[in-house]
Parts: sequence; structure tokens; C-alpha cells
Amino acid sequence: MFESFETSAQLLIAPTGSGKTLSGFLPTLADLYLNPSEKLHTLYISPLKALASDIKRNLERPISELKLDISVEDRTGDTKQSIKKKQRVTPPNILLTTPESLALLISYPEAPRIFSNLRRIIVDEIHSITESKRGDQLFLAISNLRKYCLDAKIIGLSATVSDPSLIAGWLAPESDCEIILSDSGLEPNVSILKTSEPPPWAGSGGLYSIPEVIEEIAKHRTTLIFHNTRAQAEIFFHNLWLENNKNLPIAIHHGSLDKEQRRQVEEAMVRGELRAVVCTGSLDLGIDWGSVDLVIQIGAPRQVKRLVQRIGRANHNHSRASKALLIPANRLEVLECFTALDAINENKLDSEIQTHVPLDVICQHLLLIACAGPFKPTDIFNEIRSIAKYNNLSRQEFDQCLDFCITGGYALKKYEQWHRLVQASDGFVKLRDPRVANRLRMNAGTIQDSDTLKVKYKSKQGKSKGSSIGEVEEAFAVSLTPGDTFLIGGKIVKFESLREMIVEVSPKPEKRPKIAVFSGTKFATSTLLCDRILKTLEDKRWDNLPDYLCRWLEQQESYSKLPEPNSLLIETFPRNNLHYTCVYGFAGRNAQQTLGLLLTKRMEELNLNPLGFVANDYTTLVWGLTKVLNPKKLLEGENILRGLDLWLSNNAVMKRTFRSVATVAGLIERNLPGLKKSGRQATFSSDILYDTLLRYDPNHLLLTATKNEAMQGLVDFGRIENMLEKTKNRIDHIDLKRVSPFSAPLLLEAGRIPIHGSAIELMLDTEINSLIADAGLEY
Amino acid sequence: MHSYDFNLVGERLTALRTGSLFWEEMGILCVSDLHLGKTHRLNRIGAGALPPYENIDTLKRLQEDIHNTNPSCVICLGDSFDDPLAERSLSTNEIDTLKILQKGRDWIWISGNHDPYISCKYGNYLNSFSKSAITFRHIALRGENGEISGHYHPKISVKLSNATVVRTCFIADQNKIIMPAYGTYTGGMSVRSDEIKELVDPDAIVMLTGKKIRAIPYSSCF
Repeated sequence: MFESFETSAQLLIAPTGSGKTLSGFLPTLADLYLNPSEKLHTLYISPLKALASDIKRNLERPISELKLDISVEDRTGDTKQSIKKKQRVTPPNILLTTPESLALLISYPEAPRIFSNLRRIIVDEIHSITESKRGDQLFLAISNLRKYCLDAKIIGLSATVSDPSLIAGWLAPESDCEIILSDSGLEPNVSILKTSEPPPWAGSGGLYSIPEVIEEIAKHRTTLIFHNTRAQAEIFFHNLWLENNKNLPIAIHHGSLDKEQRRQVEEAMVRGELRAVVCTGSLDLGIDWGSVDLVIQIGAPRQVKRLVQRIGRANHNHSRASKALLIPANRLEVLECFTALDAINENKLDSEIQTHVPLDVICQHLLLIACAGPFKPTDIFNEIRSIAKYNNLSRQEFDQCLDFCITGGYALKKYEQWHRLVQASDGFVKLRDPRVANRLRMNAGTIQDSDTLKVKYKSKQGKSKGSSIGEVEEAFAVSLTPGDTFLIGGKIVKFESLREMIVEVSPKPEKRPKIAVFSGTKFATSTLLCDRILKTLEDKRWDNLPDYLCRWLEQQESYSKLPEPNSLLIETFPRNNLHYTCVYGFAGRNAQQTLGLLLTKRMEELNLNPLGFVANDYTTLVWGLTKVLNPKKLLEGENILRGLDLWLSNNAVMKRTFRSVATVAGLIERNLPGLKKSGRQATFSSDILYDTLLRYDPNHLLLTATKNEAMQGLVDFGRIENMLEKTKNRIDHIDLKRVSPFSAPLLLEAGRIPIHGSAIELMLDTEINSLIADAGLEY
Repeated sequence: MHSYDFNLVGERLTALRTGSLFWEEMGILCVSDLHLGKTHRLNRIGAGALPPYENIDTLKRLQEDIHNTNPSCVICLGDSFDDPLAERSLSTNEIDTLKILQKGRDWIWISGNHDPYISCKYGNYLNSFSKSAITFRHIALRGENGEISGHYHPKISVKLSNATVVRTCFIADQNKIIMPAYGTYTGGMSVRSDEIKELVDPDAIVMLTGKKIRAIPYSSCF
């Protein structure tokens, strides 16, 4: 495939693993063969470090076989400093890198020379980063380097997406991007696994299906078993081995495992030694696993798009149809799984999310390009705006970002002589002290790892030994007390001590870990799936649903009512002296959770004494001491919005989001070079900064950025607004004598959130009284 | 409970929930590790521009404690300034606030490792200060009897069923007390750390700051 030169950009859309990556390099090899060069010709960016090194291996083979004089190097976080330095002076013909490393590369004064002869920019797996800040980081970097190579062509490679034109808009201004859709290959063979016992009413592990899963593994050559969270993957893997009587070689792979351990699993996989790998999204992308012939998805897929991409991992070679099995974790999810199947058969994918302009990434971008040399703000503003996604960035927002980088952007202007950036009288902005450049570079990056600690075995001599077994989040580590047992890498270990940055553990052969879960992200069910579930309920197309599910739906219909697409069903019922209200919003987990917080807040105002709530992807269940007679009142637009602002500002979600925003924007440093680690007095929590800003400077840029991000991400307020908009005032309130068939599983759902304003203080008292009692003292 | 009374070498002292210590009999209010000018120092070394509101926040909280106790003498137990240059970074507004606080009472700055020398335009500047059987100094001396010190920023985390609460705290045994850091931008060192374990007796008590002050036996922290 040789490319046309009519457009400045091209977007190639093909299913996972159809060989699109290497085809993207053909024009490069051909051009370099005809016109040998000493300069950087092609820049390749992939979201995964591993993918970059994989591509390097795959390119080196044809190059050496054909005896071509073409140099290929990768540049990622793993590349040695000395090599990186050399690359800045003499770049290779083909440079393989990641968004983070590219952002750093443009921060060097050598940038103009490095990119001056660049002909092609290839962005791989572009679909996987468009909805994250890494995507923003990448496209801001590209907007900056394009001025050095105006006729370089940009090529995006993407898996199947619902709206290619949206991604095309990221690659080139206006309609200057050609979209090539490849043949999608054979229809995948997807079904729902039939198990001897029906799924449980609640829960998320899918453990009930283990006997059938083992059978399927035995029947296939290699099986990938996808889970939605790391914790679930760990628990499933552990239980799988307890019942693995045939000793099938089964491994686990997820992002918290040690790098070395992941590499071993990957290599064993390539050698064809494994019959199954239990995994999470860490295996969603890239590397080619030729021999996989079955993909199993445990738990509701949440997104059709992601499911399709996962299914594509089976029978990668394109000659046979991919085969996949879905395993709903509980009965509610059965409906979602069937709905997802329909969507796949009709070729319907979830639409891409249009994200707001992330101001924190723009701040980081400005700081980084200042490291390369002085810049004129207007030039950079125009550069950024040339990308379709940032068309709506206003000059005012841009200037606020610039002001933040120069002065800190505080209402109280202080310490002028120490600003990191200065604006000279000629309008150019530059670093006040060039020595700060290294510090800024070290801080770059948009993926906010919550700090993780390595887990190691403790030896008899009391020192931790050997390689690490994996990593856990710091928040999880500090919550452990010696003797606690938890799962990591499929093993149960006992927590011994926390020494410096290492969690020391000892092996503990037990059946059940005391603490099962360390946090992982929960994806919310997409709008597409939620809407289709409602439609399935309305149309009564239940012929292919299992009997137990149909019975459940019929019971709900006769006892209460089925939720409908254009009205909002609310049930109220008493149980054990409490009054319950159940809202069927079908807005996804995050939004339903936010709805729970807003409803309880409103109930508090109306003296309805709320005690707590629980939410899943479809429903929020609230309980309290007083009966809600008129649920309509709880949902009146203005009141619910008014509660939001107040609640948001004091919310843990906001503080967590602030930490990430402030780090990306460069307010909080990731690590301070040269700073003595003289103990923990030196660092203090970002919560303090958040509280201080809120008190003294509530309109600060970073608070705005935090709010934007939280509203869209974990708070997901947009979907609550859409739901209220769609259902208008059509609320079906059904007052029941007892719990309804649909709301019953919620009573079993984990993750109940208690509401009492002074909860923490009360609980602290209880805890301290028991500490004192334990010590044999009286207060 | 806003305060907690306890004895140190026969003297009655009161720990306030805000993290300051009041010796009512002598009319002395003591705070430690204010770290004024921290944003200024971080700015200077190129570590970014933190919200420059920590001085006024620290001083406002101190103002409230002074208002509630009306002491005849205030002792700042060292590391009052984040470094010697930070003293000069105080804004006019902040200096005015400080002057109001100092009016009509003695004011003693004890030197700390962050502020080994300050120009000390406002108040007295001492290495340590003794009153009755008690000595005020920045870093605790091992084996000292009757001593109030700071430096370590002690804090404690308490695990609750669904959250972990971290609070700064006082830690006191028969002979000495280590004060929590008072400054707004200050971190902490766990009372479970070896440094603190070596300094205080196992039968010490830990007093948590917060909405109210809560005391627990040091032994229950492990």
C-alpha cells in the first residue's frame, strides 16, 4: 500500500492485529531505500513502551534481510540517558517513542534540528489514547513540532471506532485527513457461556463459572480471560488454581505485577507454553499473540467498543473468525451481556467521548516548550488552535494557563523575583533560570500513577530479598496492619512491615485472604449499552434470554413496573424500619453514585433523614428514617445543582482529582532532584493545598480544571443532566409494600456509602475508645 | 473536648486541639514549626509556585489561639521560618498581623535547624529557654528531664473501617513532650517511626489534634 500525497494526514482503520502497523512503515522503507538519508525520517508513537520495542524487532528483520542502510531506535522511559543524549545529536532514520517521551523531546533546544527533515509521523493504536490526557499531551507535542517540518505527513492507525472523523480531526486541521477503512474480516463468533448454575444475584467476580471456564480452557489451545479490574483478576486466578486439577499452565498478567514477571508471562505466551492468561486491560493493546483461539470476558463489558477490541485478540491471523465467550458476573449483567451481543451483531459501537480542553496539560506543555527556548505566546496559541479538538480553546483560557506558568496565577501576586517563567519586554516568554529545565522535564507526564510501593518477601535475617512480587498503591499499603493477608500475583501473602518504600510480606498458604481488594478503576456502562438495555425491556424482545431472566423481568413487571426509555422509574418501599427509594437512572455507575450523593444531600435539606445509599450502573438505592412521599421534589433541577457545588468542593473525589491536575500542571512535583529524603516532614499532603486554595483563592485556574475533570470523570454529572433532560418531568413513582424484584439485588451490592455529616468524628471516637479499652485504661 | 491537661515534671500543661500548648500558670503559649515562608523558599529553588497563603493561614490560626488564651508570653519552638531568607519574605500585611499578635506580650523565637539565625526584628531570639523546671528547645535531647521540643512533626494514622485518618499529634512521657507542627504547609513523621520511638518512653501518651483533642496510650499505636 503506497500512500497518496493529496492530503497531509491519513487515518487507517482496521481491526486489532490485522498487520496495520507494519503496513504503516512500508512507505518509509521504500522512500529511505530510494533516498538514503542521515536525518530523522519517520517518527512512530505508540501508547505502550513494549509495543515500541516489539515494532523495533519486527522492523529490524526485513531491514537486515534486505541489507537496507536504515537505522531504527526506540526512545522510551526505559532508554538509557546516554543513548537519549546521542539521539538528540544524531537521531536515527526511524524513531519509535511514546507520548511522554515525545513531549520531553520537544523540550530540548535541539528540537528544531531533530525534526527539520521529518517526512512521516505514525501514531499507533490512536483509539486507545484519544479519550485520555496522554492523547492531549501527544497532539500538543505534534502541534509544536509540525512547524519544523511543514510537509511531513501524519498517519493514524486505529482499531474500529464509531466516529472516525472525530479522530481524523485530531490529526489534521479541517478535512485535510483521508480516512481509509479496511475490510473488517470475518464476523466474530460471540456467545454467552452456559453454566450449570445461573449467575448469582449480586457480586462481580464470576467465580460461579470456574468449572465451565476450566473445561473451555482444556478445549482450546490458548485462552485469554479478561477481567474489568485487577482485584477481580487476582481473585479469579486464585480460585481458578484451587480447582485446576489437570494442572493446566495458567498465568496472570496485569499492571500491578512486577515488570519482570509480566515479561516472563509474555515470553511464555509467545513460546506457546501457556494454556490461559487471566488478565486486565494491560493486555488490551498491541503485542501479537498468534496462538490465542478463545477470549473470555468476565463481567459485563461496560463498553461495546472495548469488547470488540478484546474479542479481536482471538485468531489474530484473520483467516478464521474470532471466538469469544461472555460471562455475566451476576443476573443484572446477564441483560447487559445479551444487549452487547445484539450491538456487536448490528455493528453498533459506543460513540467517542468529546472531552473538554484539559488546562493542566496545556500548562505542562507551556513549561516544557519554554525549556526548548523562548516563545511568543500568540504563536503557540495559534499552533494549539490548529488542532480541531482545541478549536474552542479561548484566548482567555490560554492566557490563564500562561499566567499560571509565569506567576502561579494567584489572586495574591507574590514573589515576583522567583517566577519560573518570565515575559520579556519583546513579548517572548522564557525560563528565568535555565537550570530549572531539568527539574521541569523530570516532572512531565500525564499518567498520574497514584504512588505505588513494591512488594517483597522478607527474609529470616529481617531484610527484604529477591525481586519484587508486584506493586500496590500507597493508600492500600498504609491501610495494612501486620498480620493482614492479601492477594498479589495469585498468591496469598501476609503483611509484615512497611520499610522505606517496600512492603514486606511473608508467604501465607491460606484459602481466603483477609483483605481481598486493592483499588482499580471501574468503568461505567456506556450510554449506548444503557439505552439498548432500556429498549430491550420496552420492546419485550426476550426470546433468546434465559428462562430465569425472563421470569425475573415478568415478576418485576407484574409487581411494579419495568423501567422505560423516556421516563424515570422511582420505587419507594419500607424494609426493617427503614424507608428505601430506588431510582432507575441507567446513567452508568459513576453518575448513579453522584446521584446518590445529591439525593441524600437534598433529603437532608428536606429533613428526610437519609442514612446511606448504594449504586450500580443502572440504579441508585437510597435509605433513610423518613418515608419519601414525593420523590419528584428530590430531583428538581435547580435544587440538585445547588447541592452539587457545595458538595463537590468538600469531596474526596475532588481532592484526588486535584492531586492529579496539580501534578500535571507542575504545581506539585513528582520527585525533587537533589532534595534530601530526610524523613517525611518534607512532604505534605496535596489536600492541604486544595483546602488553602479553596479558602483563599476559589477562582484559581487549577480549581476550575479540577472541577471540569471531576464533573466529566468520576462525578460524570453530564449523564445525570442528560437523564433529567430526557425524562423531563415524566417520573413514574411506584409506592410498594415491599422490595421489588429489580431492587432486591441492590440490597446485596457491596460499596454502601453511609451518610452522616460527622461520620468520621463519630467513628474516630469509637475507635479510640476501643483502643483505650484494649490497653486496659479508662478515659 | 477542646483541650487536654497533663503533668510534666510537676507542672500542669494544657494541649489545645489546634496543636498549641498552654502553660496557664506561667501564661505561656507555645507553638512549634510554623515554617513561615515555605512557598517563598520553594519558589526560589524553582520547585513551582505553591498557593502563597500559608503564612496568613498559619498566623490567623495562631491569632485565634492567642485570643482564646491571652498569654503573657508566646514561644515559637524553632523552624518558625522555613529558612533564614524566608523571614524577609513576609508581606506587609503578614508583618502587621505579627505585630498585632506581639503587642503587649513577650515573644520568643527559639532557633531551629531551618532558622539557625534570623535577624529577629520582632521579638527575642534564643537557642533555648528555661522556666521553672522546664526547658524549651527545638530538637529533643536524649535523657533530658522536663523538656518541650518540636522538630519531628509527629503525626498518627488511625485506621477506621472505611477510611484512614491522619492527624498531627503531641507525644508526651514523664520527662518530655514533642509538639506537633503548627504551620499550614507542613508534613509529618509517624509516631511509629524509629526516630520517635527512640526518644520517648513506651508509656507515653499521644494527643491527636482535630475538631477536638483525643488522647491515647502510645503503646496502643503499635
